[in-house]
Amino acid sequence: MMKRIALALAAAVILAPALAQAAVTVKGSDTMVILSQRWAENYMKKNPGQKIQVTGGGSGTGIAALVNGTTDLANSSRKIKDDEKAKVRDRFNVLPAETAVAKDGVALYVNEANGVSQLTIAQLRDIFMGDVTNWKQVGGADAPIVIYSRENSSGTYVFFKEEVLKGGDFAASAQTLPGTAAVVNAASKEKNAIGYGGAAYAKGVKELKVVGADGQGWLPTAENVKSGKYPLSRPLFVYSRGAVAGDAKAFLDYCLSAEGQAVVTEVGYFPIK
Amino acid sequence: MTATAAPPTGRAASTPSVIRRRQLREQAIEIGITTVALTGIAAVVLIFVFVGREALPLFTSPEIAKETDLGRMFLAQVWREGRPASYVWQPVSGVPKYSMIPLFVGTLKVTLVAMAVAVPLGIAAAVFTSEFAPRRLKEVVKPVIELLAGIPSVVLGFFALMVLATWLQTAFGFTSRLNAVTAGLALALTIIPVIFTVSEDALTAVPRSYREASLALGATRWETAFRVVLPAAAPGVLAAVVLGFGRAIGETMIVLMASGNAAQTTWSFGDSIRTLPATIAAEMGEVVFGGAHYTVLFFIGIELFLFTFILNSMASVIVARLVRRMSGSAG
Repeated sequence: MMKRIALALAAAVILAPALAQAAVTVKGSDTMVILSQRWAENYMKKNPGQKIQVTGGGSGTGIAALVNGTTDLANSSRKIKDDEKAKVRDRFNVLPAETAVAKDGVALYVNEANGVSQLTIAQLRDIFMGDVTNWKQVGGADAPIVIYSRENSSGTYVFFKEEVLKGGDFAASAQTLPGTAAVVNAASKEKNAIGYGGAAYAKGVKELKVVGADGQGWLPTAENVKSGKYPLSRPLFVYSRGAVAGDAKAFLDYCLSAEGQAVVTEVGYFPIK
Repeated sequence: MTATAAPPTGRAASTPSVIRRRQLREQAIEIGITTVALTGIAAVVLIFVFVGREALPLFTSPEIAKETDLGRMFLAQVWREGRPASYVWQPVSGVPKYSMIPLFVGTLKVTLVAMAVAVPLGIAAAVFTSEFAPRRLKEVVKPVIELLAGIPSVVLGFFALMVLATWLQTAFGFTSRLNAVTAGLALALTIIPVIFTVSEDALTAVPRSYREASLALGATRWETAFRVVLPAAAPGVLAAVVLGFGRAIGETMIVLMASGNAAQTTWSFGDSIRTLPATIAAEMGEVVFGGAHYTVLFFIGIELFLFTFILNSMASVIVARLVRRMSGSAG
């Protein structure tokens, strides 16, 4: 009897790490959390026995976890930086592999009561750098502009800073909120607000048209992002240490399959294929 | 065996060997207690040393000196051509900017709002429960206020973010929903129970004879409470205020959620603010280990440490002076 218990215990001790390892961990971009979770749910439903764990925290957090070896896959809404690549190579002797899994338009949110419906990149730059402080200056009502930005660990923050501010700094009065959902919530409640974030989140707010290279304003819709007419769009990546293999590869293949890409549209992003 | 040999009057076991044994036991207990007390001190010292070690490269590393130094952290800098010098906190940028001033101003503003609300409310509630409330009411009021201390700060922060912010904006017409007042009021809710509990204990500890003497001299209950009991409890009440202040300055979650986190140097309480602890919490997640940003965040930790240390020392000096003055006038 005692022997049997001891055997069972020993088996549990040996098996527990094996079982724990069976879960594929995915960590990173807050923008991609909803999408990744939906993929994981559907994938696990189709393949019982497979386990995918998805957590957010921001693109930088995900890539840092990839470097530290605490996650299998890192979601990132920005390209991996060269120094991060070098760190992965130094520690694991492989280069990180990049897979684009979807496309996202960075949408601009304003309150539904706001009269402004279209802005140029230059106007956006002036607003977010604090040079334009009243809606009147960009064709709206006479009211102060309340700017919402993201924490600087967010990939969306970096993307916006590079694409719109051209490397400039956000206005000091820009409030930083911990997630896209928080920005949308703030813009839905604050009548003079402007904020930015993934297009998938826009509920209860108005999305602004952004003037593209052709001089026309475009909404962040599926066709406009896919065709590249909407100027503020970006690919969403999944990074792995070296070429993906095993369970992680099976999961990534699912994400890129027709079914996986259908989920992309469902969640509000744009398919890559 | 020795007990039987002991004389009848030595019932309390006073033979040398029993005394020695008892002395040994007491020594052991004393050593144990001292060790426990020293562990507490050691923990504080070790934390300080660790945080200090992580912040030290700020002064020694030439690489970090290229990005920032004390001058750039505390003095206004010209960051854009043709603009006046300003204090900017923009750690993730082509040219990282680490000015401490907006964070100081933000922390100070939110703490002031919280203290302005919590100190009068907390002390008044304590005076009421200890001096005026009938016992039944006291038994309800005290635990309920103390229950407030049990609400997790993230819940208070969420309440401030979703509900309080909207109320305050409609009531006062703030430009931004999340600002020093919103965060300060939510913060006050966490420090009221601290101030209340400690000052209530101090008031209750004032000897009955003080009250009786005052009433016997013809003073009213109000005069007794405010002119006799409250001054007599002043050291304890002051300690309560300092505890509350320490709690307010270090509170992270509420300000992170309800203050808007905009690092700006303005004196308007209706503006969004960014505080020192919220900055550490928001940015620690993604910094490069050992880089300038990382070091600066640890430096902020040191600053917070110093603030509370200075405050506590000042308070203990004032308390000592108050106690001396009062015992002097009594004697």
